[in-house]
Amino acid sequence: MKVNINKCAGLVLALNLALVATSPNARADGEQYFPLQSYRIGPYAAGGSGFFGGFIDYLQYVNLKEGGVNNVKLTWSECETEYVVEKGVECYERLKHGLNGAPAAATNPLSVGIAYATLDRSTADKLPLITINHGRTDSTDGSVFPYIFPLQLNPYSEVSAIINYIGTESGGLEKLKGKKIVTLYHGSPYGKETNGILELLAKKYGFKLTLLEVPHPGNEQQSQWLNIRRIKPDWVILRGWGVMNPVALKTAQKTGFPADHIIGNIWSNSEDDAAPAGNAAKGFISITTHPSGTNFPVLQDIDKYVIKASKGNLEDAKRFGTVYYNLGVVNGILNVEAVRVAQEKYGKRPLTGEEVRWGFEHIHLDDKRLAELGALGLVQPLKLTCSDHEGGGAVRFQQWDGSKWNVISDWVQADRDLLRPIIEESSHKYAKEKGITPRDCSKES
Amino acid sequence: MLYREAGQFITHYRADQRLFRLRQDRIGFYLLLASAFVLVPYCGNDYWFSAILIPFLVLSLAGMGLNFLTGYAGQLSLGSAAFMAVGAFSAYNFNLRVEGLPFLLSILLGGVVAGLTGVIFGLPSLKIKGFYVLVSTLAAQFFVQWVFTNFAWFSNDSSSGVITAPPLDVFGLDLSSPAGRYLLTLTIVTALGLLAANIVRSELGRNWMAVRDMDTAAAVIGIAIPKTKLLAFAISSFYLGIAGSLWAFTYLGTVEPHGFDINRSFQILFIIIIGGMGSILGNFLGAAFIVLFPVLMSHIANGLLVGVIDSGHLENFQKIVFGMLIIGFLIKEPNGLASIWQTFTQQLRVWPLRY
Repeated sequence: MKVNINKCAGLVLALNLALVATSPNARADGEQYFPLQSYRIGPYAAGGSGFFGGFIDYLQYVNLKEGGVNNVKLTWSECETEYVVEKGVECYERLKHGLNGAPAAATNPLSVGIAYATLDRSTADKLPLITINHGRTDSTDGSVFPYIFPLQLNPYSEVSAIINYIGTESGGLEKLKGKKIVTLYHGSPYGKETNGILELLAKKYGFKLTLLEVPHPGNEQQSQWLNIRRIKPDWVILRGWGVMNPVALKTAQKTGFPADHIIGNIWSNSEDDAAPAGNAAKGFISITTHPSGTNFPVLQDIDKYVIKASKGNLEDAKRFGTVYYNLGVVNGILNVEAVRVAQEKYGKRPLTGEEVRWGFEHIHLDDKRLAELGALGLVQPLKLTCSDHEGGGAVRFQQWDGSKWNVISDWVQADRDLLRPIIEESSHKYAKEKGITPRDCSKES
Repeated sequence: MLYREAGQFITHYRADQRLFRLRQDRIGFYLLLASAFVLVPYCGNDYWFSAILIPFLVLSLAGMGLNFLTGYAGQLSLGSAAFMAVGAFSAYNFNLRVEGLPFLLSILLGGVVAGLTGVIFGLPSLKIKGFYVLVSTLAAQFFVQWVFTNFAWFSNDSSSGVITAPPLDVFGLDLSSPAGRYLLTLTIVTALGLLAANIVRSELGRNWMAVRDMDTAAAVIGIAIPKTKLLAFAISSFYLGIAGSLWAFTYLGTVEPHGFDINRSFQILFIIIIGGMGSILGNFLGAAFIVLFPVLMSHIANGLLVGVIDSGHLENFQKIVFGMLIIGFLIKEPNGLASIWQTFTQQLRVWPLRY
């Protein structure tokens, strides 16, 4: 492609005038680039600004404290997606080639829709696509999806862990028989993804499941909650996102459903989800892969090196240490760790997406390494392989006390052995539909 | 000067019926086509193909579909995205379930199914008029989305309701590269665009305009109103259905029912309002404006102002500027960009004189 561009440079120059004229011209060798498809406006701005704030602050921290990863400086630029798929695709195409010669390491769109739309492109461009705590479940199978990483927790593990928790609360999984559980889900691919697994678990444990959809964006839920009042369930699983969450809690209070029997999923677990509901959120339970708070050494360090030096990314400093922010930090830790692992194999220089992928597949975070990173208790122990792109699959439960989250359980593990065959069945069906030959993971080093 | 018309005499009826009667216009059009088919694939890069040109072409096609119905036949519609969804999902299912069906044929069949759906939702327009037709198309918008969300069969039981593009093989050629997808889209859009330009000049197109301008008068001169209106719905939805398939398969590679929500319908409506109602060229101008302008502004903003203003504020600021531009354009020229272009060429023909 490069050759072609040179051949008719004049025309391309004219076409790209805006790009060329406006991008900073300094060439940056020896840097590793992170293209950020961020979203800071629109209905999901709360999630996006927190997550990307934490992510950028962590990258900044690595630069300021250690001068980058083994002296390879980290660099990044943002492109606003508004959580809209086409804009996300445009941003992906705009940023994928790196910045001023610094190659891109991985994309982190934090949006299921955008992740789906860039899935084929990422594989073709050999650029890892990170969907931390969300994404397409069957991409856990790295043999079919070599470049897609639903790190820490995929949607199936998430509901499995929730059901395990409800089982424990009811005094054993066998006690689930005859219980009534309602799942209120966001009307989107993300929201619907786990419905099949919930039905399967309902059959296995004998609880009665009702699935209720809340159309996007979810600021009107009267009829759904009237329905819930009629069903009188034992538990409600809230699979929300953005504005849908506080509205659900408020409407629950209006219809008289107790908040401490609503369990929020991974995108209903932040301060921004609970706090706007005010009093109605008190007692609300949710899962989390990482506690909020600032008591972790790595966050203390970020505070010292980045925030105190007025180089923080957050507009509102009060959001430091919140759930979305910490998720951004966790995501930063995992991305940087992948670069670090890959550098050990390929040399201490800026890496291509393909090389960073090798790094992701060889991330191994045990308690010792987590302590070194200052993230013990913030990140769960994680070991990724060629065939397992998820790694963890554990969550903790937390409860909102009216002003902050308190962790109320230890790590609750998902039933990953039960889920693996379903994941493989789905990934193989996909491989067949698309004509992909899965890699042989036993031959990968 | 540029338009030297001296010596161009029309001596045959065939010559009188040409799409471009002036030789300069014809040459310009051929040059445009040649550069789109040869120069652009040769020079363009992935970013231009995948992020700019393909959505621009697809939205132009969708605009054409809506323009038949609203711009030419005068029936208001807010269901454009629904017909796009029908086209995409039908094409996907034809391709999946009929063994060995060529890709192009499944897109075509998707368009036909969308056309039939359009006829069904167009039936109320025989009884009700004006703004009230909106209600029927709005119903299509919500009904279609509901069907595809709630019946997993349409997405081949995918747990999330998402469909993925089949391999893009056309006559044995693999067109899955960005340039290939661009050429495929361009070919289809060019063919359908030429067809559209001829439809609106045919008897059918003239009937549509008669119905739009005054349907009682049209009935009096012997135009069959039901047939004309339903054909408008059918052909409009056919175009939208094809656009939907292209959107799903050549642009995004995957699509969910909510990708075709009411915002998409509004987007297409804005394209024809900004571009120009009752104009084929207007669809392209409108789509270019809607697709290119936000991207251009975001590039400029990122280059000049990043780090100066908070990035969230920067985004909101772009939205404000974009909105003001639309208002400005429509105050200056209520008939859309196509009308500006027309005035411009008219002046060019007599330049350097004033009349």
